[in-house]
Amino acid sequence: MMDRSNTVATIRDNALWMRRRAFQMVHAAQLGHPGGDFSATDIVATLFFGVLRYDADLPRKPDRDRFVMSKGHATGVLYTALCRAGYYPEEWLDTYMQPGSKLNGHPNRQYLPGVEANTGPLGHGLPIAVGIAIAGQIDGAEYRTFVLTGDGEMQEGSNWEAAMTAGHRKLENLTVIIDRNRLQQGQGTEQTSSLDPLPEKWAAFGWEVFEVDGHDCAQLLEVLGAAPSGRPRAVIANTVKGKGVSYMENQAKWHHGVPTDAQLAQAMEELV
Amino acid sequence: MSETVISAPAKAQDCRVAWSETLTDLAGRDERIVAVVNDSLGSSKLDGFAKAFPDRTVNVGIAEQLMVGVGAGLANGGKVPFVSAAGCFLTGRALEQIKADVAYSGYNVKLVGQSSGVAYGELGATHHSIEDLGWLRQLGQITVIVPADSWETAEAVRWAAEHDGPVYLRISRMKVPDLEIANRSFRPGRAEVVRDGSDAAILACGTCVHLARDAAELLQAEGVSVRVLNVATINPLDEDALAKAAATGAIVTVEEAHVRGGLGGAVAEWTASHHPCRVTRMGFDGFRTTGSAERLFEDAGLTAEGIAAQVRATLSA
Repeated sequence: MMDRSNTVATIRDNALWMRRRAFQMVHAAQLGHPGGDFSATDIVATLFFGVLRYDADLPRKPDRDRFVMSKGHATGVLYTALCRAGYYPEEWLDTYMQPGSKLNGHPNRQYLPGVEANTGPLGHGLPIAVGIAIAGQIDGAEYRTFVLTGDGEMQEGSNWEAAMTAGHRKLENLTVIIDRNRLQQGQGTEQTSSLDPLPEKWAAFGWEVFEVDGHDCAQLLEVLGAAPSGRPRAVIANTVKGKGVSYMENQAKWHHGVPTDAQLAQAMEELV
Repeated sequence: MSETVISAPAKAQDCRVAWSETLTDLAGRDERIVAVVNDSLGSSKLDGFAKAFPDRTVNVGIAEQLMVGVGAGLANGGKVPFVSAAGCFLTGRALEQIKADVAYSGYNVKLVGQSSGVAYGELGATHHSIEDLGWLRQLGQITVIVPADSWETAEAVRWAAEHDGPVYLRISRMKVPDLEIANRSFRPGRAEVVRDGSDAAILACGTCVHLARDAAELLQAEGVSVRVLNVATINPLDEDALAKAAATGAIVTVEEAHVRGGLGGAVAEWTASHHPCRVTRMGFDGFRTTGSAERLFEDAGLTAEGIAAQVRATLSA
């Protein structure tokens, strides 16, 4: 049995770096979605530094594991992860949202290595991931496909079309992680159009369902790294929007809030 | 370029047959080809394909947004997906997926709109796709092709399979005769000269090309020389061909589509900027709810005589 403690420590270190760097980027750009960046950071760090098999020098290697960032607005976490994984130099992060930059408010696979789909409008990533998984199924390939969605995003019907077909086709090479921070743009998900009971819904569509603490990297690593089991896998990761910065945690307004200089400084003191 | 010589009217054919036979043939030689449908195997005439290649037929059920997303995902996984569904549902229901997952993401998806235009006739406007050319023309990365007959349909499918980039193929259901043009070759992005002429030009696509040709024959008998172009590629437009057409001073566009935004819209935009001339746009100007496709064509004046009348009107304006 592999000793994962080294891996978990590495994941946590990278997650910390990602939060700090992403918040600096949002501050510099005066734009971004930091709340949703931070609820997803531990999930994304676990994937990139503990689960996914890829070669950053060969971003389109045919047998790579795929990661589809369906909550495409969380570019702070995505771009810092890709950078840390070696897809492009750190200087690129300084261009976030600048005119002519490859690092736009939503990801673009046509000029940014490591991006699998131009997400942004919600509900697109899971159907695309299903298509990738079907390609893999046709070929009997070993690569796996992971897709990260928001929970508010689950209100989009296209996700359920995808869930239905994935369950029907038993796409065991497909895993969806839902960033269950229970907030969306205006207020809470349960006050808007309630998703609960969410695990039961996925199970009803034929998925194997796990509920985990979305900020426990060891738990995430165990579930996301587990071998395929005959059904597509749904991991409901219970998270805190804005996790890691006291004044952001659980605040809907930080969906697309921008920190002042003082707020940035305070966050840098807290993120250690 | 050459004139058509018709000794007897060519038999009208359903272009979907050419589409499916060509795809099945290609798939036998290229295992990357996968068909994606929304419970539309029958209407896409892909039952034979599905029988031959069951593992490469992906039926997602009545879920168009999923269908197009799956197409993009299959392309990511190295496949050459042909996403085939009734044009009205493919382009309407999944327009955002076509925009974001296919055009903007740059995925090599071949979108195939079946039974396009008013082919579904009596079933009503929800089942007509007269807006598709307008909608898709604006998505620059997608090559939009409207084959005029069975021969061109087969050629377009072959080309699409080889081309690296998204394509929208608009397949007709209304039967059309082969244009029977000598020494033909399919050139995407280039309009085909069906008939030379100098007094006016008719620019048509799809099911309207043979009608345009017949209209020109009528006008020839009246001493009016009309150039007829088969504008099979709506996007990108053949600007050279447009320039030559505009030089006649009078253009009539004809399409089984909305008069605003499709071929006519494209031609009007181009001439207004580059070579102003009279342009009359023929097609459908809104929902048409009653009648067979043939009847709807008649009511919209989409007949040889109706087109000839518009040419005369344009010339005398």
